[in-house]
Amino acid sequence: MARAVSSRAKVGYTVAAWIVALLIFFPILYTIITSLKSEQEAIAGFDLIPSFTLESFRAVQTQNDYWKPFTNSVILSIGSTLLALVVAIPAAWAMAFSPTKRTKDILMWMLSTKMMPAVAVLVPIYLIFLRTGLMDTRIGLTVMLMLINLPIVVWMLYTYFREIPGEILEAARMDGATLRDEIIHVLTPMAIPGIASTLLLNVILAWNEAFWTIQLTTTNAAPLSAFIASFSSPQGLFWAKLSAASVLAIAPILILGWFSQKQLVRGLTFGAVK
Amino acid sequence: MNSTFRALLGATALCAVGGAAAAQDPVTLTIATVNNGDMIRMQSLTQDFTEKNPDITLEWVTLEENILRERVTTDIATNGGQYDVLTIGTYEVPIWARQDWLTPLDDLPAEYDVDDLVPAVREALSVDGTLYAAPFYAESAMVMYRTDLAEAAGVTIPDNPTWTDIKTAAEAMTDKDNEVYGICLRGKPGWGENMAFLTAMANSYGARWFDADWAPQFDSPEWQETLTDYLTLMNEYGPPGASSNGFNENLSLFQQGKCGMWIDATVAASFVTDPEDSTVADSVGFAQFPNKEGVDNHGNWLWAWNLAIPASSQKQDAAKTFVAWATSKEYTNMVAEAEGWRAAPPGTRTSLYENPEYQEAAPFAAMTLEAINSADTQKASVQDIPYTGGQFVAIPEFQGIGTMVGQTFSAALAGQTSADDALAAAQSATAREMARAGYPK
Repeated sequence: MARAVSSRAKVGYTVAAWIVALLIFFPILYTIITSLKSEQEAIAGFDLIPSFTLESFRAVQTQNDYWKPFTNSVILSIGSTLLALVVAIPAAWAMAFSPTKRTKDILMWMLSTKMMPAVAVLVPIYLIFLRTGLMDTRIGLTVMLMLINLPIVVWMLYTYFREIPGEILEAARMDGATLRDEIIHVLTPMAIPGIASTLLLNVILAWNEAFWTIQLTTTNAAPLSAFIASFSSPQGLFWAKLSAASVLAIAPILILGWFSQKQLVRGLTFGAVK
Repeated sequence: MNSTFRALLGATALCAVGGAAAAQDPVTLTIATVNNGDMIRMQSLTQDFTEKNPDITLEWVTLEENILRERVTTDIATNGGQYDVLTIGTYEVPIWARQDWLTPLDDLPAEYDVDDLVPAVREALSVDGTLYAAPFYAESAMVMYRTDLAEAAGVTIPDNPTWTDIKTAAEAMTDKDNEVYGICLRGKPGWGENMAFLTAMANSYGARWFDADWAPQFDSPEWQETLTDYLTLMNEYGPPGASSNGFNENLSLFQQGKCGMWIDATVAASFVTDPEDSTVADSVGFAQFPNKEGVDNHGNWLWAWNLAIPASSQKQDAAKTFVAWATSKEYTNMVAEAEGWRAAPPGTRTSLYENPEYQEAAPFAAMTLEAINSADTQKASVQDIPYTGGQFVAIPEFQGIGTMVGQTFSAALAGQTSADDALAAAQSATAREMARAGYPK
């Protein structure tokens, strides 16, 4: 009897999970559906069956070059993530294995910078970018995206590193490993799952960033977020074209997320249950 | 960590210096624009310009209207110089010109023929008699109606209708069982959406936003009449869910044959009469924006998308050459040659309306020109007012206030609040915001 109840509950949970998942995914699904409609259909009202026309994709391709912003998105997201790891791994190591009285405060302070609305520092950052010639350059934006996501990267890595017993590092040190060896040859290989999930999450965050990437670019460094923004029209129908542009912009990251979901879930829940 | 970062910054600075040195000659103009049909068409026709000016390269930044406004404001306010040519609306031109953010266009070449610009548009883009932006296309507002439905219902819509005529026609044409609604109007909240229409409608009722001392006037009988009549029209004869309908939604409804009348921007005339997109293309009539009996005011709606040069641009001469090309008579001819006269950018040049070929291709031409020319943006209300602007108030605070009031009125249309409560809320919110902004100045 008890078994029957539990399996019924299991079915219930599964159905509930599917419903929640579908609800969360629905906006993306509807974007994909809308991208396959004509402009007239798109604005006509709610309809789940499109006419499967590709005219919006064709229009998007002819109106704007997709590959330049795509290349920029790849460079910015991967570049900023690698740069963030280079800075964050030593920082997280120091905080995890040689904590001081102020470590907790520093971690909180780092996180607090994420609580400030980005627009509050728009003018100073804009001026710095102008004066240093970083405006509309990939390198400037890479540094900017790195700085934005750095607190999250440090926090995530710090959590993973704390799961690694300090004794192993001590043993390495007793065997004569230098600090550099310790981080590169001992710590990093053990933390690979954590680093991988941090890397994936950070790539996704950088890919989706749509405030600074629009504010600090014009033509050279503009990534896919700016590409999407260019399809909204004040006069004239644009929903289908905007959806097609969005689908083109999210497709790469959706595919990446699909293939790496195991690592992502593992990484995100790592250390949650001891 | 620190030294790595410093080295990196140094390296980027070097790259930037290298980049700047390389970009001296030839000139590259960065043009910020919005995504609408006429602008996209211009991008496809620029070969003519680059052939005539081989040393000038054009780069386009297309952005959503509000993002563009935000980007450009930041750039101009910080003297950034990221853009050489801007696409801006009639609302920004006088405000930005007074801040010295725009370069005066008082030395355009003689062949540009600045006197050919439609007078009302030229005036709206000038401050103290100096032109600060060149119009790319311009619009007023008018009534677009279905001649077949009007005939079947036995009503005639005069060329200069009153709101009573409109109400009578809307009632006669409504056939909700067949999803035909007598009238479609904007309901989506926003200073450039429902408030553009409602401000013009209020003008035609004799209302005003502010009195001479900048005190808001939503408690006046004129505003009350405006909002009550608007809500009656929409609730009785309008389509369902009208509180989320803007220009695009109404355009689609009209093209699908679901609206008897639609009162909106004149630029829509070429869309609703386009047989490719519109199912009712051959049965559309036009009339002037209505007025209330006894009030000599047809809303004074005037909008133009314009090309302007920010004072911060380092490439003023090249930018001027481009602006003159893109808004010239020759450009209009080029569009006509490539895509037919119907596609010519409307509303900016008197010569276009004198052209018999255009008159034949665009049955709405005469009505559009009359609407534009009768719009007085310097004095939009019959009462005394301290502001300029037709379907908007040309002060920097209007974007925020207009959108806030628009949300209140949209809620009234959705049935969430009454007309009286909406007006009271608009009155107190506007008074508070104006006091905060330091009016009267």
